[in-house]
Amino acid sequence: MDIRIPVGSWIKDFFDWLEDTFSWLFEALRQLFIWMFDAVDWVFATPPALVVIALVAAAALLARGWRFALGSAIGLLFIMSVNQWDNAVDSLALVLVAAFLAVVISIPLGIWAARNDTVSAVLKPVMDFLQTLPAFVYLVPALGLFRIGVAPGIIATLIFAMAPGVRLTELGIRGVDKEVVEAGQAFGAHPRRILRQIQIPLAMPSIMAGVNQIIMLSLSMVVIAGLVGAGGLGGDVAQAISALNVGLGFEAGLSVVVLAILLDRFTASFGKGLGLYSRWRRAAVAKKEADEQARFDAELVEVGGPRRSPGAGGGGGSL
Amino acid sequence: MNDAIALKAEGLYKVFGRNAEAAVDKLRAGTPRDQLGGATAAVIDASFEVMRGEIFVVMGLSGSGKSTLIRMLNGLHPATTGSVEIGGEPITATSPKRLREVRRTKVSMVFQHFALLPHRTVIDNVAYGLEIQGMGREERIARARKVTEIVGLAGWEEKHPGELSGGMQQRVGLARALAADTEVLLMDEAFSALDPLIRRGMQDQLLELQTELGKTIIFITHDLNEAMYIGDRIAVMRDGRIVQIGTPEEILTDPANDYVEQFVQDVDRAKVLTAESVMRPARAVVHTGAGPRAALTLMRDEQVAGAYVVNRDRSIVGWVRDRDVFDLVRKGSTDLTPAVKPDHGAVPADTALADLFIPSLEAALPLGVVDHRDRLVGVIPRVTLLAALGGEPEAAATASPRPDPLPTEMVDQLLESAVGAGAADAKEAR
Ligand SMILES: Nc1ncnc2c1ncn2[C@@H]1O[C@H](COP(=O)(O)OP(=O)(O)OP(=O)(O)O)[C@@H](O)[C@H]1O
Ligand SMILES: [Mg+2]
Repeated sequence: MDIRIPVGSWIKDFFDWLEDTFSWLFEALRQLFIWMFDAVDWVFATPPALVVIALVAAAALLARGWRFALGSAIGLLFIMSVNQWDNAVDSLALVLVAAFLAVVISIPLGIWAARNDTVSAVLKPVMDFLQTLPAFVYLVPALGLFRIGVAPGIIATLIFAMAPGVRLTELGIRGVDKEVVEAGQAFGAHPRRILRQIQIPLAMPSIMAGVNQIIMLSLSMVVIAGLVGAGGLGGDVAQAISALNVGLGFEAGLSVVVLAILLDRFTASFGKGLGLYSRWRRAAVAKKEADEQARFDAELVEVGGPRRSPGAGGGGGSL
Repeated sequence: MNDAIALKAEGLYKVFGRNAEAAVDKLRAGTPRDQLGGATAAVIDASFEVMRGEIFVVMGLSGSGKSTLIRMLNGLHPATTGSVEIGGEPITATSPKRLREVRRTKVSMVFQHFALLPHRTVIDNVAYGLEIQGMGREERIARARKVTEIVGLAGWEEKHPGELSGGMQQRVGLARALAADTEVLLMDEAFSALDPLIRRGMQDQLLELQTELGKTIIFITHDLNEAMYIGDRIAVMRDGRIVQIGTPEEILTDPANDYVEQFVQDVDRAKVLTAESVMRPARAVVHTGAGPRAALTLMRDEQVAGAYVVNRDRSIVGWVRDRDVFDLVRKGSTDLTPAVKPDHGAVPADTALADLFIPSLEAALPLGVVDHRDRLVGVIPRVTLLAALGGEPEAAATASPRPDPLPTEMVDQLLESAVGAGAADAKEAR
């Protein structure tokens, strides 16, 4: 018996149709992707490498502290010393653009899914599908629709990396304490306002975990995208494979690792209150508190009377 | 529309699950709650009215539908059928926009687990309701500060809720609801998560605030003592139905059925019952105008060793002892005043039994009970007090107080031997 369901040809027909019908759209997207990539690439590639390294180290100091600053400086210097700097910058630009787009799409989708059970039920299998389909498979239609270059790399990356963003956003928002949301409702807040003032802020840790995963998945996909001419570190890895060049493969591969660690630590630090920036912020907030308290005390004194000073009895006054 | 009614619920049903409406029809037709198929009937046919300035407590065991009921009152749960009106404004069957308007201006809520916004400071939490109402920052912070101070949290404005103890967090929750300045306050087990001492403090504070601000409060609890302590009226819920609505004393002394009776069995009666509910008519009472003879005669007839003295309007003046009156009569005096002692020790009618013991021990006569205009409305003999505590107020009727009056013969002798003006008085009094 020889039954073969021609799934392949259906899908091919579908993509052909897509290409014919929406070629203008894909062309526009292609231009947009290329433009975004060039812009980000320009930002990192224009200054001398050492200046960029110094700036990244400074940012690392603000985000997590001196240890991370030192580590990132060493990592980036390593990339520079193995002559992978330009490739790394290309890859980074690709990751940032794709991850940015993935975040911009996945967070609203996640919010929508959190607020609507039907949407959630539809999105869940779709996201499972997108994330489990072997990464290479995306590249084929992407190439067809966007031609060779960075654009197919970006689109494949963004589709591959989107799923955790959607999932963790939905999870985070659904996980917000129901009573707190009810409090918003009970005081007559509009659902959009509850979303903005209560649900999203409280779901932030989960959403940030999603962003972190998006970036990590993007990076892994970007290397694969090197195979289709997206360039960057992935290009060198592909070249090393075809030429069986162990040295080059490892130099590019280790550079990917450095980028991965940097991106992971940066995104994981958001909202965690580490580093210099948070310390300054805390100091500023404490000062503001103290000022308000002082003003408040002054007001009380003006009013006069036997009222005890609020700082004294409460035990927690101004800190 | 009666102005005195703050909130009115009529025929409220809430069924969770499929075919809710069909389930309501079945319930109306008399199907028991546990035979509805997949649907859960959380509230069944609840109707009640809450007066302005009243504390209306809803009490019941876990799962009896209290939370569901209170959430229907501000539309957090849409009612399956039935209607709710707050200040004449319908909550059920209204547009989401209108509903939000009502929630902003007419009804606010305090939650069991506080439900504060953890990422905002105390003051911003308190000001939240005002923020939603659209008030400018300066103004709402100023108002929030006042309320924060009222609930005793001055000095904590810039902290985050996570830095506060449970009791303080709930004060913030209370302040947030108070700051919104709505007529009606819904409180769902607001004090249940607090430990007993803090809880008692919060209850007292709530009562104090209520007296001061005159809010209408609907309070949910599964703690009977709490219900009895703060409630003006109590609705007892069981399996989704309201089985009795009444004052704490009515619930206690006249339970509608076995369920309520069992429920109230272990309540601390001394804290719930008041002087008014156990007092008996005061029989040994003389007017200031009556002469010593009349007083003595009365005391002899009532077989008591003393009597309360009141004005024409029954407002209490003091009390007299039979021996002192006896001396007056012997001296032929026609004025009772020299014998009147002002330290009558009468208590207000709403004093809890627990607070009657000491006054009762100190009083020479059965403890007097006065209303808010100081009028003597009854007395509580010690034996009545004991009987009420035992849960058998009727027992006191059979056990009458045993005073230690002057021997009747001695008094008779005096009254009969008396000559002159006093004799006429005595006759008249009899
Ligand atoms: N969202 C819901 N979906 C389905 N059933 C519910 C829902 N909310 C409550 N119920 C059911 O309704 C009934 C009443 O619940 P409710 O929470 O009102 O009780 P309660 O008196 O507040 O209890 P507790 O003292 O435990 O808070 C319970 O049987 C509960 O399982
Ligand atoms: Mg409940």
